[in-house]
Amino acid sequence: MTNEDADRRPAGGGTALADAPLLDVRDLRVEFRTRDGVAKAVNGVSYHVAPGQTLAVLGESGSGKSVTAQAVMGILDSPPGFVTGGEIVFQGRDLLTLGREERRRIRGAKMAMIFQDALSALNPVLTVGAQLGEMFEVHEGMSRKEARGRAVELMERVGIPAARERVGDYPHQFSGGMRQRIMIAMALALGPDLIIADEPTTALDVTVQAQVMDLLAELQRELTMGLILITHDLGVVADVADTIAVMYAGRIVETAPVHQLYRAPAHPYTRGLLESIPRLDQKGQRLFAIKGLPPNLTAIPPGCPFHPRCPLARDVCRTELPPLHEAGPGRTSACHFWKETLDGAR
Amino acid sequence: MPDPYVPKEAIGHGDGGSAALAIGEAESLERRPGAPGAGPPGPEPLGKPRSLWSDAWHDLYRNPVFVISALVIVFLVIIAIWPQLIATGNPYRADLAKAQQGSQPGHPFGFDTQGRDVYTRVVYGARASITVGVCATTGAALLGSLLGGLAGFFGGWGDTLLSRLADIFFGIPVILGGLVFLSVVTSTTVWPVVGFIVLLGWPQISRIARGSVVTAKQNDYVQAARALGAGNGRMLLRHIAPNAVAPVIVVATIALGTYIALEATLSYLGAGLKPPTVSWGIDISTASTYIRTAPHMLLWPAGALSITVLAFIMLGDAVRDALDPKLR
Repeated sequence: MTNEDADRRPAGGGTALADAPLLDVRDLRVEFRTRDGVAKAVNGVSYHVAPGQTLAVLGESGSGKSVTAQAVMGILDSPPGFVTGGEIVFQGRDLLTLGREERRRIRGAKMAMIFQDALSALNPVLTVGAQLGEMFEVHEGMSRKEARGRAVELMERVGIPAARERVGDYPHQFSGGMRQRIMIAMALALGPDLIIADEPTTALDVTVQAQVMDLLAELQRELTMGLILITHDLGVVADVADTIAVMYAGRIVETAPVHQLYRAPAHPYTRGLLESIPRLDQKGQRLFAIKGLPPNLTAIPPGCPFHPRCPLARDVCRTELPPLHEAGPGRTSACHFWKETLDGAR
Repeated sequence: MPDPYVPKEAIGHGDGGSAALAIGEAESLERRPGAPGAGPPGPEPLGKPRSLWSDAWHDLYRNPVFVISALVIVFLVIIAIWPQLIATGNPYRADLAKAQQGSQPGHPFGFDTQGRDVYTRVVYGARASITVGVCATTGAALLGSLLGGLAGFFGGWGDTLLSRLADIFFGIPVILGGLVFLSVVTSTTVWPVVGFIVLLGWPQISRIARGSVVTAKQNDYVQAARALGAGNGRMLLRHIAPNAVAPVIVVATIALGTYIALEATLSYLGAGLKPPTVSWGIDISTASTYIRTAPHMLLWPAGALSITVLAFIMLGDAVRDALDPKLR
């Protein structure tokens, strides 16, 4: 961290700044125009992250959680992906109105991303030192030698033993957990204000998962960064997140502070997700699963997109798209029957 | 904001090492996969990085096919540059009294129809073949990978246009095209032939280059480089090109052999190199009329041509095997 970074970053904790969000995504819409039709991957997602806050975005594969993140980062594959509406306000500026070059300068420096599989997200033909140093070369115009020195510092910071000797090694020479640490180091290199972690621990085994999550959480708190944690692993979320947003078919169906959501979900889909976690005290019983499959994004069912799989579905669900209802302090639910769901859960 | 953490000592940047080490302890044992157990046996110095290229080299120099073909090619290149080293005669000196005579002392390969020494001509013929092969391959590989690489990276209408253009060049029959284009050329140098081969050869390379750039572009690390703020030039040169170049090298090496054969074919048909130039193709062409009475005039240049083409194609095969990680 340079002094300049420290000055720029607000001093206090996250809570004091909660009303001045770092990132405010409003009604974001993304579609993929393919030969087989238009897939509406994100249909009006709104969420916000304050400095020092951790937002977990939860959902099945294809729920639009990664696409939303890619749109925020500005790395959507375009074509076929297009942002068709909404705003992405980051530090007071709508990113969607910025030019290509301005957005490139924000990427890496102000917001950075951690990818799921570090082995494939690191270039196999470059040493980790070269890849870490690249951050400084691209954004700060540093010489290769200086950048290498900074790379060693970064590797030490994320807990890689013998960093000085290992800076010239290639990604395949590191273990999975170490590689993910290097990914984290790359993301943190320039002291960004927002980190998007796209399933950062999915490719790791359970013990290493915990270490990597701890490291990430620790660095995040220390640097008061906003963190968006994209995951489908409810276990990872419980310890780390402040707020959870659950996505289904390109929409947010429920947002809630993490402990409230676990205690009493206000959307049938969230309840289904929580009930499908295998539990030790249910050994020998049949595992609960949500019936049916996530909808095809080229033909999302009318009304509530979850109604074909929902145990509470009634006529109104088949015709009317439920808005996000206020379901308590800091909670929203996109279900016509959120009250019943909430009461049923309690 | 809830704080579910047991506060650990903060990892500061100065003294971070020790605190961080504690976290990494569990994994520190398994660091260095090259150490005992994993990887090929042998005295592997610790920490010595092994990239795709060093791995490939490791495979290559122990592959007899590669060693033999490489030695043949080195020999050919040397005599192409300095033919005097092994042939002291003059390839143009004609002694009609000895026309079509067979092997005799001092003239192991005999004489051709004009009484020129076949051995000297075979040695001097390497120059034309190697020059055409190397220059045409370099030209086609540069042009093809530049166009194909850009098309693959940027996509869109430029890509479509280039692909159709490549299809058009693919559609030109090589021999017919050569006869038509090269028959109007009067130059006796190798350059018109080189130019023609580049013109017909680049689409093959550009297809390969485009394909491997498209594949490399979809890799997560390219996405990651973009997410960390790299621009197009940096992504293309530093992240995509090194990961996409291997197939191009393989195809180019194999193509080199076929280009040499193509030059000989065109020269045989009278459309390639023109007589003052010493070329195996021209000599084969002249000798073919006398195959029943003086077969040695045909067999020596034809043999030299076959060995050269074979050497390059075998080299290309060996390189392909070494650069394809799936075959390891």
